[in-house]
Amino acid sequence: MAIRDRLSGNEAIATAMRQINPDVMGAFPITPSTEIPQYFSGYIANGKVDTVFVPVESEHGAMSTCIGASAAGARAVTATSSAGLAFMWELLYVAASMRLPITMAVVNRALTGPININCDHSDSMGARDSGWLQIYAETNQEAYDNFIQGVLISEECRLPIMICQDGFITSHGVSNIELIEDEKVKEFVGEYEPENYLLNAENPLAVGPYGISPYYMEVKRKQAQAMKDSMPVIMDVAKKFYDMTGRKYGFFEEYKMDDAEVAIVVIGSSAGTGKEAVDRLRAEGQKVGLIKLRVFRPFPRIPLAEAMCKVKAVAVMDRAESFSNSGGPLFNECRSSLYDLDNKPYCINYIYGLGGRDIQVEDFYEIYKDLFVIYENDDPGDVYRYMGVRDSRFL
Amino acid sequence: MILKKAEEINEKSTWQELTTGAEIYEPATSLQVNTGEWRVMTPVFKENQCRQCLLCVPFCPDSAIPVKEGKRLDFDFMHCKGCGICVTACPFDAIGFVKEEK
Repeated sequence: MAIRDRLSGNEAIATAMRQINPDVMGAFPITPSTEIPQYFSGYIANGKVDTVFVPVESEHGAMSTCIGASAAGARAVTATSSAGLAFMWELLYVAASMRLPITMAVVNRALTGPININCDHSDSMGARDSGWLQIYAETNQEAYDNFIQGVLISEECRLPIMICQDGFITSHGVSNIELIEDEKVKEFVGEYEPENYLLNAENPLAVGPYGISPYYMEVKRKQAQAMKDSMPVIMDVAKKFYDMTGRKYGFFEEYKMDDAEVAIVVIGSSAGTGKEAVDRLRAEGQKVGLIKLRVFRPFPRIPLAEAMCKVKAVAVMDRAESFSNSGGPLFNECRSSLYDLDNKPYCINYIYGLGGRDIQVEDFYEIYKDLFVIYENDDPGDVYRYMGVRDSRFL
Repeated sequence: MILKKAEEINEKSTWQELTTGAEIYEPATSLQVNTGEWRVMTPVFKENQCRQCLLCVPFCPDSAIPVKEGKRLDFDFMHCKGCGICVTACPFDAIGFVKEEK
């Protein structure tokens, strides 16, 4: 029987890590992910796990520890946020190009400038081109479930993976959760048995060689293929997880999309607020829907485009700026994925929630209202918009 | 487990033929890489002037001076990069240094 509990997102991730009992954790504290290594250190001190914890001097060291451990043949995990992730930047690419399975809990927080500790997705969105898989959670339950699945996905694909949740909102918000029994988790993730690893004296191995011009591009192309090939792996692991728990996961979740006329695409905890707005508007007879993107890397271009095509107008919500002057990262990829389709919906962008700016059910009403106006007037207007920002023009 | 030999991978290999993560499954594969082609200047071993003191050997950064039965042989030109350190290290002017002609 599953165990009912009440946990914060951070404690849920730490619990998943305890159940997985990884070989090595290299970590450095940074708000709001600090609690993860903190709880985990407690598990080590209390003999609940036999993980080697490496208390490094920085996140650069944390990711280096994971890379070294993983290359040596260990199952390695870490956790970070914001500036910590930024400090790992160089090593993110190293881990991905060395094709090392590392599972990292990312607790999303704004990047500094101005300094801010609250939620947005600028940290992990900035790392979107590093070659890491990225899975996002709406709730503490999803963060927990994703982390357990993430270990398997990562090892199967030989690609590192970020398991993201919203800083403070999910990481510190305590809510109900259904935990899986320890033995079942252990059985699900199994023992990590890499084919080749540095500590295997039988087969001497060199990792991370210098890649001169005649080789570099082939290495990158092979990495791109691994990203492509991860799509069915993600679905296979989700199926295996469903068989164990009855909880269903895919690349994204469609919420009341079947007869929807307009829809919102959103990542993370805001999807919960959005669903509440959908329910209330549906009660008034308005045909609105929502798509919550779970897997951002690899980007599920074709299935997501098909889902968006069910409606006449889509608003893509970005909790990160890209300062491209043409919308946020999620918007650009969603809009691009629609290009080849004949009957594509209008597709607009809202930048929202930066640096922890709250988004409420009423804000979603406004967006749905805008979408109906676009659909009825047959005119998208300016597609690059902001939600929830004070603007002198509209006072 | 089939481990690809380093000698099976070269600059004509396709991306599919590379190993995952560009891993190399055997030691000392740098021996197979012709770094001698980087050379601009070439050391010339003057055997008649050499007293076999072997001072040049440990100075060579590329281990490109082979030693057999206590005596140095001519340079390993597949790995000598022509840095000229041996030329300076030799007390007996037994190593010349000339422009490489290709």
